[in-house]
Amino acid sequence: MAAVKETVQAVAELEKYEHGFVTDIEQEFAPKGLNADIVRFISAKKNEPEWMLEWRLAAFERWLAMDEPDWARVSYPKIDYQDAYYYAAPSTKEGPKSLDEVDPELLETYKKLGIPLREQEVLAGVQGAPKYAVDAVFDSVSVVTTFKKELAAVGVIFCSMSEAIREHPELVRQYLGSVVPVSDNYFACLNSAVFSDGSFVYVPPGVRCPMELSTYFRINAAESGQFERTLIIADKGAYCSYLEGCTAPQRDENQLHAAVVELVILEDAEIKYSTVQNWYPGDPVTGKGGIYNFVTKRADCREDRAKVSWTQVETGSAITWKYPSCILRGEGSSGEFYSIAVTNGHQQADTGTKMIHLGANTKSRIISKGISAGKSSNTYRGLVSAHPKARGARNFTQCDSLLIGKDCAAHTVPYIEARNGQSVFEHEATTTRLSEDQLFYCRQRGLDEEAAVALLVNGFVREVLQELPMEFAVEAQKLVAISLEGSVG
Amino acid sequence: MLSINNLHASVGDKPILKGLTLDVPAGEVHAIMGPNGAGKSTLSYVLTGRDGYEVTDGSATLDGVDLLGQEPEERAARGLYLSFQYPLEIPGVPALTFIRTAVNAQRKARGEAEISAPEFLKKARAVAGSLKIDFEMLKRALNVSFSGGEKKRMEIFQMAMLEPRFLILDETDSGLDIDALRIVSEGVNAMRSPDRAMLVITHYQRLLDYIRPDRVHVMSAGRIVASGGPELAHELEKEGYDKYVRAAA
Repeated sequence: MAAVKETVQAVAELEKYEHGFVTDIEQEFAPKGLNADIVRFISAKKNEPEWMLEWRLAAFERWLAMDEPDWARVSYPKIDYQDAYYYAAPSTKEGPKSLDEVDPELLETYKKLGIPLREQEVLAGVQGAPKYAVDAVFDSVSVVTTFKKELAAVGVIFCSMSEAIREHPELVRQYLGSVVPVSDNYFACLNSAVFSDGSFVYVPPGVRCPMELSTYFRINAAESGQFERTLIIADKGAYCSYLEGCTAPQRDENQLHAAVVELVILEDAEIKYSTVQNWYPGDPVTGKGGIYNFVTKRADCREDRAKVSWTQVETGSAITWKYPSCILRGEGSSGEFYSIAVTNGHQQADTGTKMIHLGANTKSRIISKGISAGKSSNTYRGLVSAHPKARGARNFTQCDSLLIGKDCAAHTVPYIEARNGQSVFEHEATTTRLSEDQLFYCRQRGLDEEAAVALLVNGFVREVLQELPMEFAVEAQKLVAISLEGSVG
Repeated sequence: MLSINNLHASVGDKPILKGLTLDVPAGEVHAIMGPNGAGKSTLSYVLTGRDGYEVTDGSATLDGVDLLGQEPEERAARGLYLSFQYPLEIPGVPALTFIRTAVNAQRKARGEAEISAPEFLKKARAVAGSLKIDFEMLKRALNVSFSGGEKKRMEIFQMAMLEPRFLILDETDSGLDIDALRIVSEGVNAMRSPDRAMLVITHYQRLLDYIRPDRVHVMSAGRIVASGGPELAHELEKEGYDKYVRAAA
């Protein structure tokens, strides 16, 4: 209820993309363009060991030989990879040692975004309220990570990827690229060569991470790409819940965001990974600008009874092109995918998941809710496959599309492959239009049009919102309503 | 209370209401009866402000204030309620959430404070009890896979929770068995009061045995063609609408 009310208020208060401001701080750039020297520059900037540089250079070589894919139902002008910056960082001579050394403008930015970076501020909140450890990534670098000490006390490592490469090379070398190989796809390969920062999490055997972990990504610099790399490892019997949030300023040119997220889940371990993606979607009327969100996310349930759950709320970006996937290798492992993808204006989304059943008695569940409004296009694309050894594999898929207005499109493209006779796959799909009748019914009861749309849409996505941590569910509910503002009438 | 004067309205290019005049004073219950296609449902949609129903002439006021220039939600906040002939399904939104959102939206529009959660629940339990609605049903998505009778009962439940001042019941008896009809009618009768009025739209006299009208109007071809006391409903039941349809043509 409160959430519905807040949604209504948020809708009333906000008229455009809320995070479209630019932070005016000194930044350091690598020269424009992409070549082996740029890769060396990035690696040197980060004081990386030799093995990391070699890994990057090998990836760059592979990338040069690859072609950009074009099979998704999205269209965009050809990207000139030489006309972008591959490294941008708030300029400080050395990394900040404490929050007091962080540029106040930057702290202000995160404050505007509603992200608490000062632990004492978080702790000063309501007694008993859940705590969130935050890693803030500003353009190419991680600015600050909170609650590190508290996490270290139980053995959880939560830090920026750059730090992990320096401080925990044995873990990084063992797992980096083990879920998404360097040459997996064009954008993942590019990321492997030029990734700048991201978050690293390791939860040791038997440890239940005592708080929600979260990373906030912000693209600030103009004409720069963002290539973050996230690696999370849940060792045997471990558990953690992780959330990423993304925003960017309003700019006329398109910016490429090509991230890679790898999750490794060992025996009896579980990772819950949630995304609230609100990159700048481009101008709602002309379609100019906005982020190209071409991301590779994959989880490997490497051992028996490993469990992973992806929840995503995708409201931003000019183009979203991603398929958070689950490799269900361990016997009895399970994967879940809950998705809300909202497109409005000229946005395009081609998103879904892949459930690769390799082990016996593996289970997966897909709940996808696509909402299209304006002149946007929204495609669900998903693969469910069972290999010969995956006897007793089970999948349930539910894909629902909601259309608002007359100029939008929704597509559902499911691929199903069962290579053994003992698998059970279920697929259900619906497409409905937000009806004038429902809107009038709500308005007759006293809701204005925006409130009626918010209520109906929140009803439509309710199943998925329930999968998000409480606070983020409220946030996501607002976001969905704001993204659809002005989509009727 | 409700005053309609020479109302003309069209759907697309087709005129449906052709000079309808009607007064329903506070404290009274008026029934509108008439054959299919007379414009009865159109009247309820025009009064509540549905898109696609264009008023071409005439006026309608509630307590002397013009209704027709207002948005549907403004009319609702002023106390106009329509019990739908075909209530809509609202997937994913529990009935209680829906009604509480509506109650608070109306209160806000009137500049009143929100209803508190305990007060709302207490009232909801009491009203549900009187309408023999299982409270668990109120936690399910509104009207989704409800039977026809359950949907109608939910319309009356919402009405009792919103406490409107002017009620329009559009074919509330359709799809109800005798027991449900009695329960729904009792719910409606409980809302009768000196400062509230109702317009009951129905095909059949049956409903009017339970909800006794002060006045009965016959509608045909977009106008009120005859008015009388409750006895008019009985006469219609016996003799049909034929003579009124011919008179209007």
